[in-house]
Amino acid sequence: MARVGVFICHCGSNIAGVVDCAAVASAARRMPGVVHAEENNYACSEVGQAAIRTAIKEHRLNRVVVASCSPRMHEPTFRRTVAMAGLNRYLMEMANIREHVSWVHGDDKPAATGKAIDSVRMAVAKVIRDERLTPGKVGITKRALVIGGGIAGIQAALDIANAGHEVILVEREPTIGGRMAQLDKTFPTLDCSACILTPRMVEVGQHPKIRLATTAQVEKVSGFVGNFEVTIRHRAKRVDHSVCTGCGTCWQKCPEKVPSEFDSGLGKRTCIYIPFPQAVPNKPVIDWANCRYQRYLAASGAEKKPPQCRICEKLCPAGAIRFQDEDSVVTEQVGAIVVSTGFQAFDHSAYPEYGGGRYKDVISCLQLERLLCASGPTGGEVVRPSDGKHPKTVVFVSCVGSRDDRVGRPYCSKVCCMYMAKQTILLKEHDPEVQAYVFYIDIRAGGKDFEEFVRRSQEEYGALWLRGRVAKVYEEDGKLIVRGEDSLVGRPVEVAADLVVLATGIEPSAGADALARTLGVSYNDYGFIVEAHPKLRPLESNTDGIFLAGTVSGPRDIPETVAQGSGAAAKVIGLLNQDELVTDPMVSRVDPLRCSGCLSCREVCPFDAIGSELLRDGRTAAKVNESSCKGCGLCVVTCRSGAMNLRGFTDQQLLAEVVAITR
Amino acid sequence: MAQSTADTPRTRAGQVEPTAIWQPRLVGFLCNWCSFAGADMAGTSRLTYPAAIRIIRVPCTGRVDPLFVAKAFQRGADGVLVAGCHPGDCHYAEGNYYMRRRYVLLRDLLEFLGIERERFHLEWVSASEGKKFARVVSEFTSQVAALGPREPPRQGPTELEAGTSNE
Ligand SMILES: Cc1cc2nc3c(=O)[nH]c(=O)nc-3n(C[C@H](O)[C@H](O)[C@H](O)COP(=O)(O)OP(=O)(O)OC[C@H]3O[C@@H](n4cnc5c(N)ncnc54)[C@H](O)[C@@H]3O)c2cc1C
Ligand code: SF4
Ligand code: SF4
Repeated sequence: MARVGVFICHCGSNIAGVVDCAAVASAARRMPGVVHAEENNYACSEVGQAAIRTAIKEHRLNRVVVASCSPRMHEPTFRRTVAMAGLNRYLMEMANIREHVSWVHGDDKPAATGKAIDSVRMAVAKVIRDERLTPGKVGITKRALVIGGGIAGIQAALDIANAGHEVILVEREPTIGGRMAQLDKTFPTLDCSACILTPRMVEVGQHPKIRLATTAQVEKVSGFVGNFEVTIRHRAKRVDHSVCTGCGTCWQKCPEKVPSEFDSGLGKRTCIYIPFPQAVPNKPVIDWANCRYQRYLAASGAEKKPPQCRICEKLCPAGAIRFQDEDSVVTEQVGAIVVSTGFQAFDHSAYPEYGGGRYKDVISCLQLERLLCASGPTGGEVVRPSDGKHPKTVVFVSCVGSRDDRVGRPYCSKVCCMYMAKQTILLKEHDPEVQAYVFYIDIRAGGKDFEEFVRRSQEEYGALWLRGRVAKVYEEDGKLIVRGEDSLVGRPVEVAADLVVLATGIEPSAGADALARTLGVSYNDYGFIVEAHPKLRPLESNTDGIFLAGTVSGPRDIPETVAQGSGAAAKVIGLLNQDELVTDPMVSRVDPLRCSGCLSCREVCPFDAIGSELLRDGRTAAKVNESSCKGCGLCVVTCRSGAMNLRGFTDQQLLAEVVAITR
Repeated sequence: MAQSTADTPRTRAGQVEPTAIWQPRLVGFLCNWCSFAGADMAGTSRLTYPAAIRIIRVPCTGRVDPLFVAKAFQRGADGVLVAGCHPGDCHYAEGNYYMRRRYVLLRDLLEFLGIERERFHLEWVSASEGKKFARVVSEFTSQVAALGPREPPRQGPTELEAGTSNE
């Protein structure tokens, strides 16, 4: 028989100032099943909790209702309280008479008291129908998956591996490094990007706990926190990395040249290639779509076949070339996942008025990074792509694909003002005769030493920052005329430029939305993954066990990205250091006697938590995997046989609550 | 005439007088992750709204069985509000879509049974929308109040009610 105790908290005057708590207590005493009700000044305080524990003993209570603040606040507290008094912690319900009553109905005290009594009545009706529940336990696969090997993923992988856990790092490109590898120097300190990045890359490549999978992609993810099963596609490299020595003979001799992605199309690479000299792994892959031998094979039936080439195969001293290589698909078990697939620069072709793509000397910010870089396609000489001359007047156009609703990018990309400041400084250091102009909307320089850095660009390096949008860029007599307005003096301006740089914004890397769907995490309108809580849980997705690091969740600079990589790693380490995970017992359960085996429940379950089992009498019944079930209750409503029920929120409980407040 | 609450405290229990004017009796099913939290937010922000609503916490609007709604009306509730996460924000990915579909069907069915569609309402309220929650409840309360009380149901005690007592 239920012996319910009701505890009505005053919360100082927070509740008692509005609700007549004595009236609530005396009403509670008359409710069926209630054997004891008392008021409590601060139920959550040590004294208050002790009073509850004493009353449980004294009145032999076997169920407890605490009428106080929101269960979202103190449910765990009072579950612990009753557990300390020897009750099953799930035999406790809360009535929210603060947030939902006293704080919102201060203008009508009698009505507030009436509502508080009803809230208690509902909680009593519910608690009577509570069952003892025991949390389940599942083991943890002590291995992490990191998706994306930019600086975020590199940092996360190293931290996790250094803490002693195995890491699989999946990178889509033939090398790790991400966008940071393409940068010349970094704001606001102007240290060389490659110098700080490449040692980290090498460390990843050599770490005994890190398994690096380049030219690889995640295709499928199932399971749940602690126990994910991940399907990874390894795209054919056509070079056997276990025998290749990275000597470089092949890429020196390969006759097929294509634009280099790494150099943002400004330079060329061969068809068998490493993206850049410090690539990790430092072994080549064959770009099969562009390979001459592939073209030869494709033309097999044709009259006139192109030459076979196969030069790399002939010259490779290690015999590492594998033209017949095919993709392989493997599944891996991991306990936690870090998503760090980063960003790409906005495609400026959405702005035909700026002439990008039409005029050779209108380039993107990343292209300028490559021109500034000593290891870039021009050996660090900033020259115009059209005629190879040194530009003297360089104009920057800000917010290309940022803060602009017209192109669906209303947000600020956060780093562009800063990298423009950096690039004006570097340009001047390359060639003191350069005069830079920057058309900006606002200067966003909120960061340590950032404002000072922009001032240096203006004062020390003489860059002219003009506040205003650019309307048009057009060619005239070998010059690019940038027409904009200077909104501070309120008049149109025209600058005749030798080179125009478009400060393209940050957007999620291609395929980020598809990956988010594969992972079952939410993403926003632009494709950035949404944090579990924007302030309090910035490194977690809304799926347990899937963490976020770097620009995958929004624009940010390198220091912030690295901090996030380490932060996500700390979360992963905390998870993998446990031996077992406690699972929430408030999940669904099937009554096999009632189950008709229709499995409609399986169709609606968003978490793939329902399977089927063969009963001894030969019938099929649904079966809930308790560690995957998240307790939404969709299946319960779907089940026509009434066989499915959600523990802690059963049909009987919710109906009893309805009954308790209607009459 | 129906009283404001199922159990308006009697005068002898305290100094509380029953609320004088008729107020509708409303049942609100709020999802734990968004709307229940949004209602909490209304409280934390000390907003006010009419006290006619009784709140039942469900994990997800997808957990709201049409039976619960029907039960509330059968037992004389004047209005039922269901509130959950905005489309796309469901903690369980898609529970609110199920509720949305169910709502459209159920509203028609209830109307067929003589329950005005204004008495049943579905709303999206996020965890940060305390203001919206207060507004939604205020508007819904006046909307239902304007319709007046429902005909009292002609129905004896149900199995469940019988089960409420625990002798
Ligand atoms: C022109 C320019 C200049 C900049 N200058 C500076 C500066 O001076 N200082 C500064 O602090 N910041 C600067 N930034 C910002 C800086 O580049 C970023 O903060 C940083 O690179 C973000 O790192 P990340 O790891 O989040 O992303 P990324 O570097 O984009 O790395 C993501 C990685 O994931 C891989 N990937 C993507 N999708 C998948 C997939 N589906 N599966 C597997 N792998 C995938 C990518 O190939 C890539 O290797 C600049 C940015 C730009 C555009
Ligand atoms: S020639 Fe052979 S061994 Fe040398 S880098 Fe190329 S594939 Fe590797
Ligand atoms: S409660 Fe939700 S998560 Fe659990 S089995 Fe049912 S539908 Fe799946």
